[in-house]
Amino acid sequence: MNVVVCVKHVPDPNAPVEIQDNRIKRTGVQNVLDPGDMYGIEAGLLLREALGGEVTVISMGPVQAVEAIKRALSMGADRGVMISDDALTGADSLVTARVLAAAIRRAGFDLVIAGVESTDGYTGTMPSSLAEFLGLPQVTFAKRLSASASSVTVDRQTASGYHVVECSLPALVTVTAGVNEPRYPSFKGIMAAKKKPLEHLTLDHLGMSAADAEVEQEIVQISAVDERKSGTRVANDEAAARIADLLAEAKAI
Amino acid sequence: MPEVWVYAEVTHAGVVDTTALELLTRARSLGADVAAVVLGPGASRAAGTLGDYGASRVYLSDDDVFGDFVAQPATKALDQLVTEHSPEMLMFATNYDSRDIAGRLSAKTGATLMSNATGVSGLDRAQTAISGGSLMVDVVLRGSPKIVLVRPKSFAAEAMGGVAEVINVEARIPDELRQARRRERQEQDAAGPNLEDAGIVIAGGRGLQAPDNFKLLDRLAGLLDDCAVGATRAVVDAGWVPYAYQIGQTGKTVKPGVYIAAGISGATQHLVGMKGAKRIVAINKDGDAPIFEVADLGVVGDAVKVLEQLIEEVKRRKGQT
Ligand SMILES: Cc1cc2nc3c(=O)[nH]c(=O)nc-3n(C[C@H](O)[C@H](O)[C@H](O)COP(=O)(O)OP(=O)(O)OC[C@H]3O[C@@H](n4cnc5c(N)ncnc54)[C@H](O)[C@@H]3O)c2cc1C
Ligand SMILES: Nc1ncnc2c1ncn2[C@@H]1O[C@H](COP(=O)(O)O)[C@@H](O)[C@H]1O
Repeated sequence: MNVVVCVKHVPDPNAPVEIQDNRIKRTGVQNVLDPGDMYGIEAGLLLREALGGEVTVISMGPVQAVEAIKRALSMGADRGVMISDDALTGADSLVTARVLAAAIRRAGFDLVIAGVESTDGYTGTMPSSLAEFLGLPQVTFAKRLSASASSVTVDRQTASGYHVVECSLPALVTVTAGVNEPRYPSFKGIMAAKKKPLEHLTLDHLGMSAADAEVEQEIVQISAVDERKSGTRVANDEAAARIADLLAEAKAI
Repeated sequence: MPEVWVYAEVTHAGVVDTTALELLTRARSLGADVAAVVLGPGASRAAGTLGDYGASRVYLSDDDVFGDFVAQPATKALDQLVTEHSPEMLMFATNYDSRDIAGRLSAKTGATLMSNATGVSGLDRAQTAISGGSLMVDVVLRGSPKIVLVRPKSFAAEAMGGVAEVINVEARIPDELRQARRRERQEQDAAGPNLEDAGIVIAGGRGLQAPDNFKLLDRLAGLLDDCAVGATRAVVDAGWVPYAYQIGQTGKTVKPGVYIAAGISGATQHLVGMKGAKRIVAINKDGDAPIFEVADLGVVGDAVKVLEQLIEEVKRRKGQT
């Protein structure tokens, strides 16, 4: 089973968001492998361990985003593909999907894995667009995933439970947090990662041009919203009575 | 006249997803002709409601293929309709199936897509809230059609008493688009009122410290009218409660009269799901927790103790002690 895992390098989710020129600031801030993508990497590694084959990690972003790939390699992935190009600055999820599709098409694969949504952009539509470009069926929101050589079976989360979905391969799956317990890179893994194949691609390599990277939407303004004002603090011995007053006002008692 | 379409999810029983009704209500004010698309078992029975909320036409098919297979058949049908009728804008709710279909349709048609919208102010303009709702991003969309995925509860739903013309969609879905098949449906029946519609929501976070303490929320909810229990992702991931309880960016959006946050830090991803509440009560032992910045009533203290006292107080007021 050859698996391609999509990973993204994102501003550290524990730091406050910084805005510059109407965009999330990505340079000069601490970036990390998207925590949500660790589940995808782990899922790929588990499938390789069960069924053989290779795990390829792929990312599109600024050059330094290669750090996200290196982290995945040190967890145990076999090879990396990094796509960087100045024309891709400000790419939206549609452009990202178009470019990743072109790169993934060059590699043979049975399964593509991505996160349900990225921690910084959280559009949650990149994987579906990617599946469409690749002509693949998709099963999103996997909270359990198993596979044979020819199909995957997924517990797909719904608003009130889950559906068991079975899908022939090749296919694309997105995984939720909780689908597995991602491993930490070992010291040996970190050393081994340095020798693993890592390909750097530009739009040229993919036979694409700046026209393929054109974004048809534009942020015209970012403004502060009238914040809710924080109200009163009450002492512990009054708390129950004051909350009960609110509940009574709302006719809940 | 330009057309705005709303994609509506429907249950087998013909019940339309509330967000679709919110979107129809909003679409009516954009100076365009409004239509709805509804696919899968239950679709015909939904046409009346969709007309009532403002669709002048409803494109529909009751075909099982749309329920049995994930995303691909619906994308195919929508793509055909879009090619035929050239709507200016398509609105979807950020629900599971809708999000998948919108993403695919964007790739298929080349239409630009904006996700997580909380406002739609024109046929080429939408807004989204970021940073837990403290910043509003205003976006201009180009090309045609444009796809906008809108968060639930961004608009109020108001019926207008219209009647829609029904247009049946011929579903010719080839076998290669019948790959991801739903084999089994497991739905948990939540007791009490629906989290999204409840007048009072009490939500718990990691500050409750143990799954057992979470039961205090159920006890309190049981004493109150129209009250449901929710949770943060931290405790859902820890397995204390099922995902259906999750409130926030990747969970449900609630807008109750009173929201009680017990042992919740107030991460931005949680805030986007509950900031619309009329009154917010926060109980947290850390006086600097961000949840206090949005709380009308803040209690710095142990959530378990305060909840126990509150349960006694409510019982007393109801004459139960
Ligand atoms: C892409 C993405 C999507 C996400 N989506 C969601 C989402 O939909 N919903 C969501 O909720 N989160 C979401 N999160 C997670 C979010 O960032 C937070 O991690 C989560 O909301 C924290 O949950 P919590 O408040 O229960 O836990 P914590 O952040 O650990 O907070 C626990 C709080 O309890 C307090 N506490 C401790 N002991 C006590 C006590 N005895 N009494 C009272 N208070 C006490 C602490 O002071 C602390 O403030 C998402 C994250 C990402 C990256
Ligand atoms: N630039 C990117 N490079 C590689 N993978 C990506 C990129 N952007 C998004 N993804 C993948 O798609 C998932 C959903 O992202 P999004 O649609 O942006 O919320 C992420 O969890 C990643 O797995």
